[in-house]
Amino acid sequence: MSGPPPELLGGKALTLTNLTVSFDGFKALDGLTLTVEPGELRCIIGPNGAGKTTMMDVITGRTRPMSGTARFGPAIDLLTLSEPEIVDVGIGRKFQKPTVFEQLTVFENLELSLWGDKSFWRSLTTRLRSSQRDYVDDILAVIGLASQRETLAGTLAHGQKQWLEIGMLLMQEPELLLVDEPVAGMTPQETDRTAELLTSLKAEHTLIVVEHDMDFVRSIARRVTVLHEGRVLAEGDMSQVQNDPRVIDVYLGA
Amino acid sequence: MPFGRPLLPAMRQDRGGAVLLAGLVALSVLVPLLNLAVPPGSPWHLSTYWLTLLGKYLCFGMLALALDLIWGYAGILSLGHAAFFSLGGYAMGMYLMRQIGTRGVYGDPVLPDFMVFLNWHSLPWFWTGFNHFWFALPMMALAPGGLAFVFGWFAFRSRVTGVYLSIITQALSYALMLAFFRNDMGFGGNNGFTDFKDILGWDLHADRTRVALFVVTAVALAVSYLVCRAVVDSRAGRVLRAIRDAESRVRFLGYRVESYKLWVFVGSSVIAGLAGALYVPQVGIINPSEFAPINSIEAVIWVAVGGRGTLIGAVAGAVLVNYAKTYFTGALPEVWLYALGALFIGVTLFLPRGFMGLVPGTARLIPADGPRGAGRPIRSELGVSAEGKAK
Repeated sequence: MSGPPPELLGGKALTLTNLTVSFDGFKALDGLTLTVEPGELRCIIGPNGAGKTTMMDVITGRTRPMSGTARFGPAIDLLTLSEPEIVDVGIGRKFQKPTVFEQLTVFENLELSLWGDKSFWRSLTTRLRSSQRDYVDDILAVIGLASQRETLAGTLAHGQKQWLEIGMLLMQEPELLLVDEPVAGMTPQETDRTAELLTSLKAEHTLIVVEHDMDFVRSIARRVTVLHEGRVLAEGDMSQVQNDPRVIDVYLGA
Repeated sequence: MPFGRPLLPAMRQDRGGAVLLAGLVALSVLVPLLNLAVPPGSPWHLSTYWLTLLGKYLCFGMLALALDLIWGYAGILSLGHAAFFSLGGYAMGMYLMRQIGTRGVYGDPVLPDFMVFLNWHSLPWFWTGFNHFWFALPMMALAPGGLAFVFGWFAFRSRVTGVYLSIITQALSYALMLAFFRNDMGFGGNNGFTDFKDILGWDLHADRTRVALFVVTAVALAVSYLVCRAVVDSRAGRVLRAIRDAESRVRFLGYRVESYKLWVFVGSSVIAGLAGALYVPQVGIINPSEFAPINSIEAVIWVAVGGRGTLIGAVAGAVLVNYAKTYFTGALPEVWLYALGALFIGVTLFLPRGFMGLVPGTARLIPADGPRGAGRPIRSELGVSAEGKAK
């Protein structure tokens, strides 16, 4: 179901060039240029207002930039696609606040997220095929909620809701996953488990993770990009970034 | 029970539904027996008065079922469902009026009495065909369904939700009431239609016809229940519940929320219309007061009392509240409205899941917790849902 890993397909790189977004004169993005290679797990850090969320909004089609380009692979120009079309080309986003369907079971949450025809008349008559059921169970195992299969999502712990939400994203079989503050509000154990989960995904997916928790970033990231005032301030592995005086100045030192 | 699954195994899982269907079968056997076969002097005899009342309750049960389908499962609180009920009733009424023929007061073979009285000389174009049952029958579904389609198409596409939607459904029903009150609309003005003679050649005043209408109503309620159950148990039903809880998230998953809401709204209005069509020949009258806002609101109360989001709770609530209404308006007429109000407040405060919440094992169907759960029906729908606020 999930197909071969993207690298075998010559997976797509995300390339942002000179993106500028301005809200009433305030430049949320100011000539942002960034490339994320296929199969990479990239962490984005930066102080509040650095443009992290705006960057995600541009990639997912929520916000249109004044100038610049955003490409997914060589052929796909994200700026010409609508939000659902961007989901269709394989870019999924997990929002900061988990929104799972609280009155449905964990299994049903994943079922509704399944790739496929979503029209009313189709879903009135459709039944899960056994291959789809297996796929849901695979994802349940990946996100560690196999034993909560029939639990109402509303009764899950905070961390479990976040994993379920990641599972719902995976059901759409995205190539690129945008994950916004996955460990905010998590216990240390949940944070560790989330680190394992995201690390296990990077083989088959490209991930971009925005996070404030430095220990968490250190535990998962090979490459870190620091944003500041809508631009890339520094890029490199965690120790390089941490020792960069400019970064210490605006962010880590604070 | 998703479509295509065998009925019997599915009913085994749906115990409430099995009880309802068994009850309807029992009624369809007992009521004709007690009314027709037991002589009027016997204490076991069921009077025609009670036969008609029971038939009315079942029609209201269908209306409540229709309302629960959209309110309990999709979070669409319609305060105008009486409009669809009435439109179905009017379609049936038009057929029944045409069956009177020369037996009317003025004896006109074509024109109903009220048209002769208004000095009209020919039938308005929209009365064409209503002398045929085969034409009138689909109209009983198409008139309410068509209105619901047009209304829903505009309302849901404009993303009108929550309390705003409730208000415009109420306005829709009120506007229709005012329109039907007008004599020149061609629907009998404030008198509406009455003095029906027969249906499909059967005398409407004969007990046999009334018993047959009762059985047809019981069957219609059973079929409506099975259709609603199939819808809510399908994946579409799960999408509807997801829409109820987090509409924008459903949209983000790629579902066309508008189309889900529209089709379930149309389906619900068709069930309501058919209920109205069965109601009219049994009570013998339809007039514009059926469109009155209070009727729609009462239907909402039935559902809330019985237990929203359970289907059978809606039917039980409709029968229970209407039985209470019959009792109170007979014994203590001045108390009824206060009793209804107190019941509604009491259920909202103390039984957020309605009476179905008292039945063990239904918690999965009607969770009481969660900020926008089904458990706080009135408070969450009437304007204070987080979803509504954001818009």
